[in-house]
Amino acid sequence: MKACQTPGFWLPLVIVSVWGGVVLLIHQDTMRETAFILLMAVGLASSLNILLGYTGYVSFGHIVFFGLGGYTGFYLLSAQDWPLFAAAIGGGLLSALIAGLVGLAVLRLRGAYFALATIGINEAARAFVSNFEPYGGATGMFVNFSVYQKYGGPGPALWTTFIFLWITALAVLLVSYLVKHSRFGLGLLAIREDEDAAMVMGVKAPQAKTITYVISAFFPGVIGTLYFFKNGNIEPGDAFQLHMSIEMLVMVMLGGMGTVMGPLVGAAGYQWLRGYLLTSPIFKDLHLAVAGAMLLLIILFVPTGVVGWVRNHVRRLQKVLE
Amino acid sequence: MILQVQDLTKRFGGLQALTGVTFDLPEGQILGLIGPNGAGKTTLFNVINGVYPPTQGQVFFRGEDVTGKPSYEIARRGLARTHQVVRPLTDLSVRENVMVGACFGREHQHLRPAARLADEALTQVGLIDRADQPSGSLNVAQKKRLEMARALAAKPHLILLDEVLAGLNPSEIASMMATVRAIRDQGITILMIEHVMQAIMAISDRILVLDYGMLIAAGLPEEVANNPQVIEAYLGDPKMTAQLLAE
Repeated sequence: MKACQTPGFWLPLVIVSVWGGVVLLIHQDTMRETAFILLMAVGLASSLNILLGYTGYVSFGHIVFFGLGGYTGFYLLSAQDWPLFAAAIGGGLLSALIAGLVGLAVLRLRGAYFALATIGINEAARAFVSNFEPYGGATGMFVNFSVYQKYGGPGPALWTTFIFLWITALAVLLVSYLVKHSRFGLGLLAIREDEDAAMVMGVKAPQAKTITYVISAFFPGVIGTLYFFKNGNIEPGDAFQLHMSIEMLVMVMLGGMGTVMGPLVGAAGYQWLRGYLLTSPIFKDLHLAVAGAMLLLIILFVPTGVVGWVRNHVRRLQKVLE
Repeated sequence: MILQVQDLTKRFGGLQALTGVTFDLPEGQILGLIGPNGAGKTTLFNVINGVYPPTQGQVFFRGEDVTGKPSYEIARRGLARTHQVVRPLTDLSVRENVMVGACFGREHQHLRPAARLADEALTQVGLIDRADQPSGSLNVAQKKRLEMARALAAKPHLILLDEVLAGLNPSEIASMMATVRAIRDQGITILMIEHVMQAIMAISDRILVLDYGMLIAAGLPEEVANNPQVIEAYLGDPKMTAQLLAE
């Protein structure tokens, strides 16, 4: 395949592979936890980017797919005794299904109206799950301790979860690249630039947007299942946190929307900053305010993000950073 | 007949934009559409290619009823258009813009053949030197050519050209006219809106005149030019005009 020869294709994959590989080799619990949060951020930001970066539709409530998928996967593995892998896929598929149904309606909206609708969906999902008895209502669910035995106890189970997350993050980056470099992706970029003109040229915008929404909802569902399994419990307050949605946006914008590498850079950069802020005595309660200010500054001064800026200023790197 | 328009009517709330427009366009012709500002010319294009559904009436394209079909369906059947106010996909390169036309137009090409078709279309309109530039960096005349290239790359049966000459200088007009003729010679039928009278009269096989949403005249260019109703639409009272012209 020709794609394998372009650095833009393999660079993000190699970075994440090596990173995960090193963590596995060193086999240290604290390092795994840090890497888990980072890989989760990469996966979430990259999935959001498939929608936001390629079609230009700003989903403010994208975390709903993390929450709903997480809940469903969690339910499947703790109440229905599904293996983790199958439960995670199940969570992803449910998120994808919801996105497909919801998308048919809300993707008719454009701009700010779409963004507002996605926030509404997140709040509606939270309210629904809080009152949905099979999912434990307002108190949520806990993992039955016996579930861990399947993976050789709680310790190894966490490593298994980490490996699944690592593979998921790689899969998101791969899909992101493939979408961007396909005919389908060209149609999406046309929609981003001018949806009506794109339709006049033959791009089936309603269908293309829905498919993209479904793809970008699937992975958060998988990641949600893995995350809440690692935590051992799930409750509505944790699953549908609007501020995580905003943080996803900040990561995509910081790295550069519409690029494959951008969300990876943005996630790493933002998580590093967040770690610093949370531990600093002055900023520890202000990290969201800093995130908000950062989003504002990026949009005002570097709308193309770090990767976009580098691409525009260093021509030689254009082929390296896709 | 490649295009048949029957009794087409479009209302926007209280505004009657088109009233009972009926005409046929035979294959291989250039049909000019003229009329004063606000006559409904662009609206007619928008209804023909599915941007707006008509309030009443029907559109047949190559014998098939396409009335009210979404614009992407109609584009895939081989009807391409350019926009009066140019709409480049700003962040994409010139070549990528044209590839969108090739990928999603009538032939529905894959990326690689689409890139080849895009280069052919860009060569035809004289933009090939700019293929790798972002389309936002082009000037107006070049953007108009880009719109044409996008339409051409779709390999359409019929192209709707919306004021491709407006805002161009005389030498640009001459070269654009040559391009339009070349497109017709490829066997593509053309329906074009134009305000540059000399140009449209010279290039069209037939002319339609729209005024306040109604067709007030149709025929050969010289017939239309001498039609009193057309003169009135453009200049007001025909007797007064004749007097003024005589003086």
